[in-house]
Amino acid sequence: MATLEQPSTADAAQSDAQSVVDIRDLSLTFQTNDGPVHALSHIDLDIKEGDFVSFIGPSGCGKTTLLRVIADLETPTGGSITVNDMSPAQARMARSYGYVFQAAALYPWRNIAKNIALPLEIMGLSRKEQEERIQRNLDLVNLGGFEKKFPWQLSGGMQQRASIARALAVDPKLLLMDEPFGALDEIVRDHLNEQLLRLWERTNKTVVFVTHSIPEAVFLSTKIVVLCPRPGRIHDVIECNLPRDRGLDIRETPEFLEIAHRVRDGLRAGHSYDD
Amino acid sequence: MAYERGTATMIDFIRYKVWPVLAVVICLLAIWYTAAVVLNTPFQQDKYARANLENVAFTQLVSDTLSQERPVLPAPHQVVEEIYKTTVLKKVTSKRSLVYHAGITLSSTMLGFIIGAVLGIVIAVLVVHSRVLDKSLMPWVISSQTIPILAIAPMIIVVLNAVGISGLLPKAFISTYLSFFPVTVGMVKGLRSPDTINMDLMKTYSANGNQVFWKLRLPSSVPYLFTSLKIAVAASLVGAIVGELPTGAVAGLGARLLAGSYYGQTIQIWSALVVAAVLAACLVAAIGSLDRMVLRRMGVAR
Repeated sequence: MATLEQPSTADAAQSDAQSVVDIRDLSLTFQTNDGPVHALSHIDLDIKEGDFVSFIGPSGCGKTTLLRVIADLETPTGGSITVNDMSPAQARMARSYGYVFQAAALYPWRNIAKNIALPLEIMGLSRKEQEERIQRNLDLVNLGGFEKKFPWQLSGGMQQRASIARALAVDPKLLLMDEPFGALDEIVRDHLNEQLLRLWERTNKTVVFVTHSIPEAVFLSTKIVVLCPRPGRIHDVIECNLPRDRGLDIRETPEFLEIAHRVRDGLRAGHSYDD
Repeated sequence: MAYERGTATMIDFIRYKVWPVLAVVICLLAIWYTAAVVLNTPFQQDKYARANLENVAFTQLVSDTLSQERPVLPAPHQVVEEIYKTTVLKKVTSKRSLVYHAGITLSSTMLGFIIGAVLGIVIAVLVVHSRVLDKSLMPWVISSQTIPILAIAPMIIVVLNAVGISGLLPKAFISTYLSFFPVTVGMVKGLRSPDTINMDLMKTYSANGNQVFWKLRLPSSVPYLFTSLKIAVAASLVGAIVGELPTGAVAGLGARLLAGSYYGQTIQIWSALVVAAVLAACLVAAIGSLDRMVLRRMGVAR
């Protein structure tokens, strides 16, 4: 039933780009009162510099857990992982990634500029440097002029953009995004997807993006990792080489639909219908 | 048009803001007057019997029960009259002025409240940052409040007197004893209130404990802090009054209560009680407006 396709490791090995995240035979088991839960099982994944990698899969497949392992918010119980050639803990200490959560998680007592200044204050940057970075990153997410507004004065989409600016302010090579647009409506989501794509193009960051939306994954990614649950494992890795300057209308093209179809097949095959 | 809208808002204001409050006040006054008549009647009839008065008209009985010198339950207007006489008509420095007595109590309330608030915050910070202190200190904090304050208040006064501390401080310590507890409990809750996502965010910045405290935990705890400060300031006033009772204090609202009960001056007792209640309400309201001011400055209030 499940036609397990091996990830195209051969292709990846050929490319010269430097590896940003290298995961080998990684497992994570949570010990719960109902016995062990195998959240992640034998994950092998190589994320190259400049990649836009999406993790897609049904809930409980471990896609968020895998992202949290990369961010050192969870500790794996087996296998090995390097982030920027360091352990995840060292990478976190070196602030080599920016993390965007499902919710914007802006602090209500700080205005937008101050929210973006938060990581910069923690890094101990000079006030001048902070100002400069706040301005640059607000402009990057088209929020120039909103410095003095408080989070509650902004719409959900704007709040999430501010949180992306905050993640970028650290100036990380790697951007980790956990269903950042999951709580937004379709129109706003499309708009932000387009903006995110432009942003990725301009900044040339490596992005790891968790989603459960097939069109979102296909539209954004260079590589789609399909995960399936119980135990959480990689079912398929789909290369997705649509032109970089794509617009939303690419979603009507046969190439797009073909990839979307393959992702859907992967999700269906990997899903056990026992529930 | 504008006129009509003006009338509508005025009617709404009366209907939704004034009327509910007024209705409750009228009900309370009605109950109070009825109770005063009922409770004061036996003494009044005793008086009539001794004066050989018979068949006193009901209206006369009612008017007499509401104007006794030492009633079981004074009527509201008697209390109001007494308060008026002892506040407006007396000089503030006079020993008979309720303002003077309220001032004495207020000073120890505030001193005790400030010490209590600081102590409460310090304990909360320690408890949140140390698992050992959480396990070892919290049970004592909680059990301290299970001892009746009336039992421990005289002990505190006696012990402190023995080491040469007297006057304002012993009373203030009793206020502290009552007021640190709600602050500790509320502040612990507040410092632990940031949710996982916000704590994770700090972790991704590899922020140290200090930074997490000042930039996340402390600002998050502000609403909790003010809620507990409101409870603490009211408890503080109770503590100050209780502190004045066993010492035979000559000044303060507690002293007025005590003196009133020695001489059966029920009107004086009730006046002191009402003033204490008004004082507590003012203190809570003051904390409330401080709360709003701080939240507005933080940008949280809308």
